Amino acid sequence: MSDAIATYDPAVDAPRAHHPVYDYDSGPPVERGKFAIWLFLATEVMFFTGLIGAYVILRSGTAAWPNPENRLAVFLTAINTFVLIISSWTMVRALFAAQRGDRGGILMWLGLTIFFGSAFVSVQVYEYFELVKHGSLPNVDIFWSTFYIMTGFHGSHVVVGVIWLVCAWFKALRGGYSERNYLGIELAGLYWHFVDLVWVLLFTIVYLF
Amino acid sequence: MNPPPSAEPAPLGLAPEGTVHVHHEHHEIGFIRKYIFSTDHKVIGMQFMFTGLIFLVLGGLLAMAIRWQLAFPWQEMPVIGRLLFPETGRVVSPEYYTMLFTMHGTVMIFFVIIPLLTGAFGNFLIPLMIGAPDMAFPKLNMMGYWAMLPAIFFLMLGFGAEGGGPAAGWTAYPPLSTITSAAPGSASAQTYWLLALTWVGVSSMMGAVNYVTTIAKMRAPGMTLYRMPLSIWGLGVAAILQLFALPVLTAAGFMQLFDRVLHTGFFTPTNLVVNNVGVDYAVANPETATAAGGHPLLWQHLFWFYSHPAVYIMVVPAMGFASDIIAVHARKPIFGYKPMVYSIAGIAGLGFIVWGHHMFTSGMNPTVGMVFMVSTIMIALPSAIKVFNWLGTLWGARIRFTTPMLYALAFVSMFIIGGLSGIWMAATPVDVYIHDTYIVVAHFHYVVFAGSVFAILAAIYHWFPKMFGRMMNETLGKIHFFGTFIFTNGVFYMMHQLGIAGLMRRTADPYSYEIYAHLQPLNEAISYCAFALFAWQIFFVINFFHSLFWGRRVGRNPWQATTLEWQAPSPPGHGNFDHQLEVHRGPYEYSGPEVEEDYLPQTRKL
Ligand code: HEM
Ligand SMILES: [Cu+2]
Repeated sequence: MSDAIATYDPAVDAPRAHHPVYDYDSGPPVERGKFAIWLFLATEVMFFTGLIGAYVILRSGTAAWPNPENRLAVFLTAINTFVLIISSWTMVRALFAAQRGDRGGILMWLGLTIFFGSAFVSVQVYEYFELVKHGSLPNVDIFWSTFYIMTGFHGSHVVVGVIWLVCAWFKALRGGYSERNYLGIELAGLYWHFVDLVWVLLFTIVYLF
Repeated sequence: MNPPPSAEPAPLGLAPEGTVHVHHEHHEIGFIRKYIFSTDHKVIGMQFMFTGLIFLVLGGLLAMAIRWQLAFPWQEMPVIGRLLFPETGRVVSPEYYTMLFTMHGTVMIFFVIIPLLTGAFGNFLIPLMIGAPDMAFPKLNMMGYWAMLPAIFFLMLGFGAEGGGPAAGWTAYPPLSTITSAAPGSASAQTYWLLALTWVGVSSMMGAVNYVTTIAKMRAPGMTLYRMPLSIWGLGVAAILQLFALPVLTAAGFMQLFDRVLHTGFFTPTNLVVNNVGVDYAVANPETATAAGGHPLLWQHLFWFYSHPAVYIMVVPAMGFASDIIAVHARKPIFGYKPMVYSIAGIAGLGFIVWGHHMFTSGMNPTVGMVFMVSTIMIALPSAIKVFNWLGTLWGARIRFTTPMLYALAFVSMFIIGGLSGIWMAATPVDVYIHDTYIVVAHFHYVVFAGSVFAILAAIYHWFPKMFGRMMNETLGKIHFFGTFIFTNGVFYMMHQLGIAGLMRRTADPYSYEIYAHLQPLNEAISYCAFALFAWQIFFVINFFHSLFWGRRVGRNPWQATTLEWQAPSPPGHGNFDHQLEVHRGPYEYSGPEVEEDYLPQTRKL
């Protein structure tokens, strides 16, 4: 081949012995972590879309869908929904505290969020126990199948969220956040709000309709 | 077969072995941190590559066993028959055959092609081609590889599980896959299969988030979106496809898992009777009964909602690699760069609304089938744009017929064959006749094997010098190419004839039907080609490992290419580049008038 290509020349080809500095950001003006968490939340949206879509199809293909009021503790769960919504508000307060660099505020508001989140999970576990006691198992009919998979996956997301918040709480305790460094709380918050939003949707379609 | 490197001519004028000593700039980190628990994108790419190649051998062996049975049904398998199935008298049993094609498809798609394209090359190329030091989240990247280990673990458990392994096909249609008593392979093996797939999904998800973030946020100054090489476009779009399609498969997989272990009824219709036993809650023992009222079709919709985009996940990066390789070795700019980008995006977008073309005969509403037919045929448009642009690039070029170029050219021509059969099958009336015949097998092997795998081979030959600082041997490469090309067509072209004759896929002994008995000789010929194809890969293995240690040492830019990865040392050290690169132009400036050489690197300021 006539196109002779450069031979290995240590003067050009050998690696240089210093460390390059990269300080350029090409992307949209959000932090990498936030960008990534939005992508992650997009996958979560698709995951729940799969579950909810299946529910809609299965329900519309069933001649007589049971009235949820006859099967589920709607009032108790309505209160529980309210608890979860409150926890979104305390989460926002925690972020405000973080942005002010107010460590005590973070600890209090995060602590409240953790408390409400745990309360929500506890009520749901209680509901599950009651249902199982009355023989309402996932293999009884398609109503229970869809009920358990949707509330179960949502509940496990809340548990993950609570664990995440507990980690953030301990980091705050050690003084890990400041006015300029509160991304960790913001990311946990985005996830938390997402989980709440999904619940509002699930509560509406599973318990109310 | 394998002359010492110094004995062959130096076609590219490369330095002979051992003339230079590479200066290592690494701070000392231990072997384990550097090669096992590495967070360096290049090492993680290698990990994916070696894992993928090992599974390619496994998947290939499974295919050989399939071909043995189709050529010589119920004959003793020589040598290994004794080890594998002593209890059946050394012949493949029908259940074993079902396992073979199920695992062949699963291994090839989820453990070979997707990990090689996105895991290996996605990792290796993305930071290097956009001028970044590493991925945006190196630890997440490492976890993405390690999530493959549970996947591999469960896959292997599936092989060893009772009933001889999962046997519901790679598509896992219920109720065969959900009712554990339906068939031997529907017992615990199918559960392991589901868990394996879930973990592959976790791995892909972590990768996809990382790739999109890296491409968005870490491009070098001047590297605008429309200056990115098409490989990056392909990998980025594939990652976006994964982000939006894969979670739906995960959800569906969990539903199937729950149908199996909790006996929910998502995919179980009312009044289902399996092996003469009713499985409904109304009639069966409440402990093990299944909820009824579900739809088997629901699985097919959810599965193909992922798996059709997944076939584009498997081809869009391959198209990107082929474009880059063709531009370099044809010494010409890609013809119609922007249309190439738009058609990648178009293929990806349309890919979300065509899944029903896998379900024309499923009992789905025929009107819906019409819609899917039209949307599927529309994909021909962006696909054809790409093909014509590749041809336009090659038109009048001074082509260097190197091994990577040969593979890239083969990719283009084979993709045309596979694409054409795809469009033809997409016509509902045609598909009603040829669905589940060997036509379909021929189609997807043309696009996945002769397409994606050829592009992966092209990419390995092309980027090997960047990965390891050494060239692969050209003579061996060409021997490998011509044999692979001929035998590939020998195997898959003739499958079209089998399909036209009506031969159905996934059948252990089609010849027991009199109308198919005359197809056995043709199948035998195909199997000989398949065995030869498998054996021929020895040239690749020899070439790969020989070149790894004794290949010709090369500099930064052995192919005289323009894109950023060729500015880094070969192999690039930790942090990739000598300094922050600046990009001044698009990726395909070949044979232009501005400079004396026939290539103008993206980084060169004029
Ligand atoms: C030009 C674009 C394409 C069109 C119009 C097309 C169309 C089709 C159609 C209609 C089928 C269903 C056939 C049947 O089951 O009866 C099919 C199957 C299939 N296609 Fe394509 N296809 C295209 C490109 C691709 C590409 C690029 C890939 C992968 C890289 C691919 C992979 C597959 C696979 C794996 C199957 C079989 C799935 C199974 O049943 O196991 N296709 N294609
Ligand atoms: Cu498809």
